[in-house]
Amino acid sequence: MTPMDLNQLVRQAHEQNDYDPLIQLIPYARMIGIECLRLGDDLVFRLPANRDCIGNPTLPALHGGVIAGFMEHSAMLHLLIFMGIPHLPKIIDFSIDYLRAGHYRDTYAQCQVWRQGKRVANVAITAWQTNQTEPIATARAHFKVDEP
Amino acid sequence: MRESLIRQRAEQFLGMLRHCQMLGMQVHGADEQSLTLRLPYSENIIGNPETGGVHGGAITTLMDTTCGISTVCVLPEFEICPTLDLRIDYMRPAEPGRDVFGFAECYRVTPNVIFTRGVAYQDDPQQPIAHVVGAFMRMGKVVGSAGGAA
Repeated sequence: MTPMDLNQLVRQAHEQNDYDPLIQLIPYARMIGIECLRLGDDLVFRLPANRDCIGNPTLPALHGGVIAGFMEHSAMLHLLIFMGIPHLPKIIDFSIDYLRAGHYRDTYAQCQVWRQGKRVANVAITAWQTNQTEPIATARAHFKVDEP
Repeated sequence: MRESLIRQRAEQFLGMLRHCQMLGMQVHGADEQSLTLRLPYSENIIGNPETGGVHGGAITTLMDTTCGISTVCVLPEFEICPTLDLRIDYMRPAEPGRDVFGFAECYRVTPNVIFTRGVAYQDDPQQPIAHVVGAFMRMGKVVGSAGGAA
């Protein structure tokens, strides 16, 4: 996949308001079933409830690793879609705080880019289920955004 | 005797986690000091379709699981320990086509919190793909507040 292809995919996604082709590109995102919704100028990512993502069988609750993977991938897509980066950002580090149990239901995530430099971007991610003001997890990540 | 008991408990724990079963994760080694799990390479966990590299989310799942289950190495009885937080630093990308191993140990156990650390590696534990630290809350036998620090 050349930078041209990726740029074109992002442009098409914006034009058609359909980000699915961008998500389908990455097998991991396909497996956990990420979706992307455009709300005005904002992007909200959705992880539909999926039995295969359950970690704790008694609650039941989603696996914390899936919540983290969903948040990491949301941040990566957010950078790709908004920041005009012509290639896939590479993860440098990732830190997550689990605040509440992630129940077996739809999960949402929203991202905030606190800084984008030439080489590195810092992104904060919030994930919630019932109410955005009651997050189930917050995370932050650094991505390498210059040429691979 | 103790080692086989720890291994048995780790396998039982891992067996309950549906998502880990789907990824094909297995117990590679378990004793009183540490736990090692294996994540087999598969098409599903690819994060970069150009290189075939493994997605960070799959590494995070491996390490959250390894750190979480490593609590059975130090606890006398089974306790549920949800993750408080987890931090992963990526040293290098995982090579495509190769299994990933997660190694974790508990380096401090308090009545409320267990502090764990570990690495993800492929061939050589001395050349990790990622370093990890994570804190886990003890819920099981502790009476009283679930919040707060150690």
